[in-house]
Amino acid sequence: MANVIELEGVVKRYDSAGVPALGPVTLTVAEGEAVAVTGPSGSGKSTLLNLVAGLDRPSEGRVSVGGLQIDGLGEKALARFRRERIGMVFQFFNLLDDLNVLDNILLPAQLAGSPRGKAADRAAELMGVLGIAKHAGAYPGRLSGGERQRVAVARALINRPALLLADEPTGALDTASGHEVRQLLVDLHRSGQTVVLVTHDLALAEACAERTVQLVDGHVAVDRSRNAEVVR
Amino acid sequence: MSGIRKTGSRRRIRLGRAGRRRVQTVVMTLSVLMAVASAVVAGSLMASASAPFDTAFAKQHGAQLTAQFDEGRADAARIAATGKLPGVTASSGPYQVAQIDPPGPGGADMQQSETVVGRPAAGGGVDDITLRSGRWATAPGEIVLSADANSVGPDTKPGGTLRISTAAGSPTLTIVGIASSVTDSADGWVVPAEIAALRTSGAATGAQMLYRFSSAATTAQLNADRAAIAAALRKGSMVGAQSYLDVKLAADENTALFVPVMMAFGVLGLLMSVIIIASVVSGAVGAQIRRIGILKAIGLTPGQVVRVYLAQALVPAGVGAVCGVLLGNVLAVPLMGDAAQMYGGGSSAVAWWIDLAVPVAALVLVALAALVPALRAGRLHTVEALAVGRAPRTGRGQRAQRFAARLPLPRAVTLGLAAPFARPVRSAALLAAVVFGTTAATFAIGLTSSASAVTTARHPQQKIAVSVFMGGPDDGSAPAPGGTGGATAGSASADPAQIRAAILARSGTAEVIGQAQGVVSVAGGTGAIRVRLYQGQSGAEAFALISGRWFDGPGEVVVPTHFLDTTGSKVGDTVTLVDGGVQVRVRIVGEDFDPGNAGLTINTDMSTLAAAQPGLHPVFYDVVLKPGTDVAGYVSALRSALPSSGVQVGVNETGHLNPTVVAFDAMSVLLTLMLVSVAGLGVLNSVVLDTRERVHDLGVCKAVGMTPGQTLAQVLTSVAGAGLVGGAVGVPAGLALHDFVIPLVMRTAGSGTPPQVQDVYGLLELVLLGAGGVAIALCGAMLPAGWAAKARTATALRTE
Ligand SMILES: Nc1ncnc2c1ncn2[C@@H]1O[C@H](COP(=O)(O)OP(=O)(O)OP(=O)(O)O)[C@@H](O)[C@H]1O
Ligand SMILES: [Mg+2]
Repeated sequence: MANVIELEGVVKRYDSAGVPALGPVTLTVAEGEAVAVTGPSGSGKSTLLNLVAGLDRPSEGRVSVGGLQIDGLGEKALARFRRERIGMVFQFFNLLDDLNVLDNILLPAQLAGSPRGKAADRAAELMGVLGIAKHAGAYPGRLSGGERQRVAVARALINRPALLLADEPTGALDTASGHEVRQLLVDLHRSGQTVVLVTHDLALAEACAERTVQLVDGHVAVDRSRNAEVVR
Repeated sequence: MSGIRKTGSRRRIRLGRAGRRRVQTVVMTLSVLMAVASAVVAGSLMASASAPFDTAFAKQHGAQLTAQFDEGRADAARIAATGKLPGVTASSGPYQVAQIDPPGPGGADMQQSETVVGRPAAGGGVDDITLRSGRWATAPGEIVLSADANSVGPDTKPGGTLRISTAAGSPTLTIVGIASSVTDSADGWVVPAEIAALRTSGAATGAQMLYRFSSAATTAQLNADRAAIAAALRKGSMVGAQSYLDVKLAADENTALFVPVMMAFGVLGLLMSVIIIASVVSGAVGAQIRRIGILKAIGLTPGQVVRVYLAQALVPAGVGAVCGVLLGNVLAVPLMGDAAQMYGGGSSAVAWWIDLAVPVAALVLVALAALVPALRAGRLHTVEALAVGRAPRTGRGQRAQRFAARLPLPRAVTLGLAAPFARPVRSAALLAAVVFGTTAATFAIGLTSSASAVTTARHPQQKIAVSVFMGGPDDGSAPAPGGTGGATAGSASADPAQIRAAILARSGTAEVIGQAQGVVSVAGGTGAIRVRLYQGQSGAEAFALISGRWFDGPGEVVVPTHFLDTTGSKVGDTVTLVDGGVQVRVRIVGEDFDPGNAGLTINTDMSTLAAAQPGLHPVFYDVVLKPGTDVAGYVSALRSALPSSGVQVGVNETGHLNPTVVAFDAMSVLLTLMLVSVAGLGVLNSVVLDTRERVHDLGVCKAVGMTPGQTLAQVLTSVAGAGLVGGAVGVPAGLALHDFVIPLVMRTAGSGTPPQVQDVYGLLELVLLGAGGVAIALCGAMLPAGWAAKARTATALRTE
């Protein structure tokens, strides 16, 4: 199977002199894989995810996603890359308050200039699958945390991205909502979606991912598949 | 940097990150800087312009009314008694008066009599005469001349003599001093005993009395004062009276026209910075409500919060005010060099009190503007403040987004279109900034156009390329057109009719206008009134008309607004002019635009005064050339065709730029630029605040794939609406302001407003100005839009 993510000697420093927040890290994620990134707070998990999403650029090393090397891309190309290949889900949802659920979900498709009808069909399909169709006209402020996160997932998937990135998707949710979102991710993975998930929650990691990458102080401490285990 | 020191601790508490507020700080500093600079320029021009007369008038206890009485109808005791009338606070006189006819500076016959007053001392409580050189007259045979008299030239000095040919025996007086009266009450002073010897036998004898009143601020009040005095004496005793307001008007000619304009700029500038400061500070408070909540939760007192926000406005405003004073001084000094010329010798340094008062006033305004939102921050309920940011947005923004999403436009554009509705207050501030900027630009451009229209209207002779002067010494010092010239037959050796025929015979001649000037008075009491006398009806020299028409034959006069005010007449009325004792009835057919110095100059056909001055003939000819005529060639040909003595041909520099206009235009352009920049800064500030608030939302959009170009488009469209609406409101507002201010300005100058000065806007200009609103908005938004587009998405998402 082809690799969706290839990181090669990736280092991220926030201040040029100091200790890197991340790396050097070399890591590959294959198509269809579900990977959970765990580690203590400040270990560089979000940094890693941002680099993969093209939201930030590495200080050193190479980042390729879906065969496209993104560390040298310009802002415009990165934006295109994100809307075509990446879906992102955040801990605090990051929905736009003044857009209703449907408009929030449609936004990436509209920015990409997809035909209206097609995007609307896709949104309807996603809302059906995610069980939020009845909230299509509601505003995010009115929804529960679990519902909001499902809207965020629908938005992430509208452009059929090759890669779904989720940073603490259950971090702001109560146990019941957390379970819903967990189940959603499991289903997505089963349907063949490549997922990279950052979480503190070992149960979530266990349930959703067949592979766990543990970061400590910006380095990969453990990279363990459900079957084999590699300790570095 | 703003922040406060906690008592007893060295730690500074900051609201907001320094970098976040850098733009706001810069905007506040610059807007105050510009407002203060333009106010300093305006204020100092005003002070330097109006100060000379006002200062001199106060220092010399100038006479508010100088009245002339007929001694044949009222004796000295009765005249003196009018000084005790109620309402009169001080008086001086009566002093006996003689009319003399001295030779002019070059020895030329001036054809104009001068007033000599017999006055025992320079002082006297009213109209103290200031000696410029020499001493006061103490004995018969001595005269003190007024520096303003026509007979006084640059080489008239104490020790010289003056032969009075009009008096019996042609006495010769010794000039013992040169002096001046602030209200120009006489051309010369002698000891009272001398007057009888100077009087022309048979002429009416008069006396002068000088008054100050308890109420004399307006022409109406002075007219009432004058009427009260006239009523206290036998009818016809008062033969004339001169109001200090007329003199002031003459002294302030340019001041009256330009200073209100400068003031308008200063006031607009200050208003604009108040709006900007208020919106910056309330914007800062609005954006930092949660932060304020947190700080209050950890123990900051309301007083401390208020101080933090006041400091946030006052520190940059203080810096801006200081720099503004410096800039204002730098700009004002060269402009005042020009002003000093045009205002007749004002000082060319900015008065210290202006440098003090302007920044202090600006800072007080800033403090007041900042106080309201600062108090709001101080009173903010801690729990509510902490809750802000978590609460759902208003329905209005959501409805606008819902509507915009359906528009068949790119998504980035529709997002931008709906954005203003989510933050109505912020959008209102943005709109206000654009409206203000457009209003200011429209107003300023209108003022500049009006001012240049004023200059064109005031100098109708500009069309005249060549003038031919008759008579006078052939020494090259011929009088300029518009200057004082003789009205009656002079020493001209050439025959005017022949000269006229010779000029008309030249092929390049389009029109020849013979002119003379005279002095008359109006029956019922005004001071001297100048008359421009034209041979025939000259359309070419017609002044701009405010109402009525140009005269069309003898017996018709065209008068300036001030004449109508002073005499209480209107267009269509008949008035009686008095010229050398002869009464001439004339009809006012038009009101012309001729403010200031010439405020009481009337225009009529030369034959109107034929009854009073039978020998009247032109003293110069203005020649209008056919288009395309070579002036130099025409002049040399004309010179050889005219007699060589007693006639001079002068070329008028028609293309010559009036330095007053150049200086004024420079100021207007500068101040307009300042105002528009400040408006741009106001917009910049609003958009910066808005973009800051939306940085998180923009980050979200970018995370889901919005390109920098789309981000730019979104931010720009979010202000374009405000730009359009602002332009659509601001242009008519500027227009209305202009149409309101210009007549006021003209009134101050004692004149009505001709259409050339009032209607200065063209349709294209207005459309461009309207588009300027959008331009201001887009320029102001460009910088923050660029940031938003470039901002690190990961960083944006981290912002709460
Ligand atoms: N924009 C930034 N500027 C400077 N330092 C940063 C920035 N973002 C992250 N860091 C630092 O980099 C390190 C890694 O941060 P990161 O957010 O990746 O950690 P994390 O593993 O996601 O932690 P958490 O589990 O708390 O979310 C931390 O020390 C953090 O302080
Ligand atoms: Mg994190």
